[in-house]
Amino acid sequence: MNLVGTLFCASLAACLLSACAALLRARPLVTGVGTAGAGVLAAGAGVAALSGETWSAWLPDVLPLAGVRLAIDPLGGLFIAITGAVTVCAAIYGIGYGKAGPLPLFVASMLLVPAAASVSTFLVCWELMAITSLLLVLTEHRRRAAVGEAGLWYAVMTHLGLVAILAGLVAFAAGAGGESFEQLRAATLPEATRDLAFLATLIGFASKAGIVPLHVWLPRAHPEAPSQVSALMSAAMVNMGVYGVIRVGLDLLHGGPAWWWLLVLAAGALSALYGILQAAVASDLKRLLAYSTSENMGLILIGVGAAGFFAAQRAPALAGLALAAALLHVVNHSAFKTLLFLAAGSVLHASGTRDLDALGGLRNRMPYTTVLFAVGALCASALPPGNGFVSEWLLLQSLIHALPASGVAGAVTMPLAVGVIALSAGLAVATFVKAFGVGFLARPRSPEAEAAHESPPSMLAGMGLAGVCCVVLAVGPTLVVPALDRVVPGPEVVGGGLMLRLAGVSGVISPLLITAALLLSVVGVLALVRLLSVRTRARRAARLWDCGAGPMSARMEYTATSFAEPLQRVFDDVLAPESDLDVTPVKESAYLVEAVQFHARVPDRIEHRLYDPVIAATAAVGDSARRLADGSVHRYLAYGFYALIGVLIVLVVIA
Amino acid sequence: MTGALVQVVLVAVGSPLLIGVMRQVRARLEGRAGAGVLQPWRDLRKLMRKEPITPHGTGWVFRAAPLLLAGTALVVAAVVPLVTTSSALDGIADLFAVTALLALGSVALALGGLDTGTAFGGMGASREMTVLALVEPTILVSVFALSIRVGSTNLGAIVTSTVEDPLSVISPVSVLAAVALVIVIIAETGRIPVDNPSTHLELTMIHEAMILEYAGPDLALIEWASAMRLSVLLGLLASLFFPVGIAVGGASALAVLVAIVALVLKVAVLGVLLAAGEVFMAKLRLFRIPELLAGSFLLALLAVAASFFLA
Repeated sequence: MNLVGTLFCASLAACLLSACAALLRARPLVTGVGTAGAGVLAAGAGVAALSGETWSAWLPDVLPLAGVRLAIDPLGGLFIAITGAVTVCAAIYGIGYGKAGPLPLFVASMLLVPAAASVSTFLVCWELMAITSLLLVLTEHRRRAAVGEAGLWYAVMTHLGLVAILAGLVAFAAGAGGESFEQLRAATLPEATRDLAFLATLIGFASKAGIVPLHVWLPRAHPEAPSQVSALMSAAMVNMGVYGVIRVGLDLLHGGPAWWWLLVLAAGALSALYGILQAAVASDLKRLLAYSTSENMGLILIGVGAAGFFAAQRAPALAGLALAAALLHVVNHSAFKTLLFLAAGSVLHASGTRDLDALGGLRNRMPYTTVLFAVGALCASALPPGNGFVSEWLLLQSLIHALPASGVAGAVTMPLAVGVIALSAGLAVATFVKAFGVGFLARPRSPEAEAAHESPPSMLAGMGLAGVCCVVLAVGPTLVVPALDRVVPGPEVVGGGLMLRLAGVSGVISPLLITAALLLSVVGVLALVRLLSVRTRARRAARLWDCGAGPMSARMEYTATSFAEPLQRVFDDVLAPESDLDVTPVKESAYLVEAVQFHARVPDRIEHRLYDPVIAATAAVGDSARRLADGSVHRYLAYGFYALIGVLIVLVVIA
Repeated sequence: MTGALVQVVLVAVGSPLLIGVMRQVRARLEGRAGAGVLQPWRDLRKLMRKEPITPHGTGWVFRAAPLLLAGTALVVAAVVPLVTTSSALDGIADLFAVTALLALGSVALALGGLDTGTAFGGMGASREMTVLALVEPTILVSVFALSIRVGSTNLGAIVTSTVEDPLSVISPVSVLAAVALVIVIIAETGRIPVDNPSTHLELTMIHEAMILEYAGPDLALIEWASAMRLSVLLGLLASLFFPVGIAVGGASALAVLVAIVALVLKVAVLGVLLAAGEVFMAKLRLFRIPELLAGSFLLALLAVAASFFLA
């Protein structure tokens, strides 16, 4: 067994030990350190795999009939490394946050998914991942009723996704005459089977990645789960959807016709726009982050779709660039989303509320969390010197160089894709200015926020680690990008060094130097101000401008809802916000008002329009089917008899 | 390196004068005498001498915002090819990075506005972010259109190719992209018809609402940085579409001098045109602005389409 295998197996063993420790009610410190150790080992295995070493194993006796096949290549290694790194932050954070028993098992299943090398192994690991994460989502179900509802949505959506993946992969394996990934790669299939396999798996993987319109579980499950679990789900688990699309579409099926990838691109674009629009008007902090995950997965799928499309158009350099951009965004998104979810968890821990409208003023009460959230928000809003900017820059570069090579379809698609990315980037800026500005700055808007306190050291350490990852990725993407080049087939696409220099096409940027120039000029301006203001006096405190009406109360501040109001009004037709006005008049006269109640909310329109009718129809069918079972034994015997007759008739007809 | 330094100094010193010229033009066209071209510099000097003020309940974000705003404006002034196409900092940032840096400045100011916790600060921040979000697609698609001819988003490369072949600008692509960019620049710098820099009426103000709590040296920094952003964007517009006189490659000191004069003239002309246009125009209602920006996005999209289908 080589280095990759040793580290990987050690990491799985550490996960199992921590899970046993959790079962035996060990202290959170023990399980937390064990899980974090597993994360470190897994990250090591992933990085070793990224450097070119591969590992495979066949354990014929573990599962009956098929056995377990594992193989780690650079692509799987990348996702294992990301999962490991996120685990380290989440596990250290979890020591101080609260219990989440099956967490190590969830981590183990997520590590196994990218390592699976046969259809049966993959599906078993996938289901294991779904079940363990479902258990984790339900951790706090005794405290809030919404948790159970979120768990139900998640369970249904993830299993429908599993059915789709199962159908696709089984059809693929049946056509290929074998179920190991080696055999699938070597198979030549008829076109219809290939299309079926790709589309069915795409639906399943998209539902795991939270792609619109299959995203409905995401904004429910992520807010209700404990925060370190939210971080793991949002920064590591949803990545598996992207992994699945790349593995099946680009690796096992060796790419495909251009329309597959235009479909992926369109789904990504829709998801990016819809996700960030919902995030922009959300006032629940964790719900906002969950929708932002939908957006970022959309951006990643735009990159993956563009990569497949360019490959189909025979432009391998561009395809490599687009895929590298998508993978870099996977890495970056995982880093900043871990940080943001953990910081949101600290806010929840300290104040007991996730409602931005009730927060504020945390800057003085939770100084470290505030700074860390600011770092995460900067990265998430794709502005320099954050890390999100670098990957979006790469993505845009790959799209704008497409024009001459990719024909009319590209000439129509690429400008629109650039427009979508730009609008989602712009809205992301507004969203995170809202999240940070309203949630952390100004004055507290409720007694809960007033009483907030800084988190314990273990939570700060988990967040700090994620913050350091963000900063390193932001100023030194050239450390990471060459490793991604190994995942991407074909020639090197991005040159390293101080500058990020594209190899196939012209384009160069240096995040490190931009950051340095920015720091230099800010320090320069500060020095200039100090020099010029001749009579340097201490800052004088003064009253805020209150129009002369006396000190303003916290109720007069702008809230998250009011901040998003202009955007909500601009995108009125898309969001379809609901508002109710209840005016209760005094009994004696209809003209004298006793109370006025105003409710406004922005429901998820896709859920409202697409899912509610389906759920209502299913419920109606269930209700009417109840009449079939009226408790009469005779009737049940008759059902059995008729069913038997029916089967016999069918058999006669077929045979 | 000297090129970048010359640009930074030129922009830092010249931008308040540009504001002065624009105000003077407006004043004359409106039948007033005007305060003179040097008035913005006098204002800055006066503000710098005042004592710094910290309103109750504000924190480090409020104090850092003006510094970051000015910092981003200076970096952009160093990166963008205004006087010479070969500044030392040219390779580190392209057109995407420049727009993102300018957006970073706006974000800093919006956070400063939110940090005050007043209704005015929140209102300004909210409106500024809405406009910023809607402006972004136009900017990036225009960048896309401009980069097609050269095959790169590097600003130096785009401007150099226009210098070598000035007639290539006269194409539907450039015209459409130029119109889209002009609208975007007006929106980004908060001029009429998107925002009125000289109003303090709560129903209409965007930029002024955000900075209402700033005073003394902080306010001076913001005013100075806003002026720099306006002059850099106007200079960029001139360089992209009419790069006459700009110093290319390892040019001599004389060429740089000529380029400085050319830049000052071009930016002054653009500023006068902008000011004159503002006299004859009213501010748009806040919720009509998205229509204007959607129109500009359509123009940018047409520019890209034209570059493919007319090529």
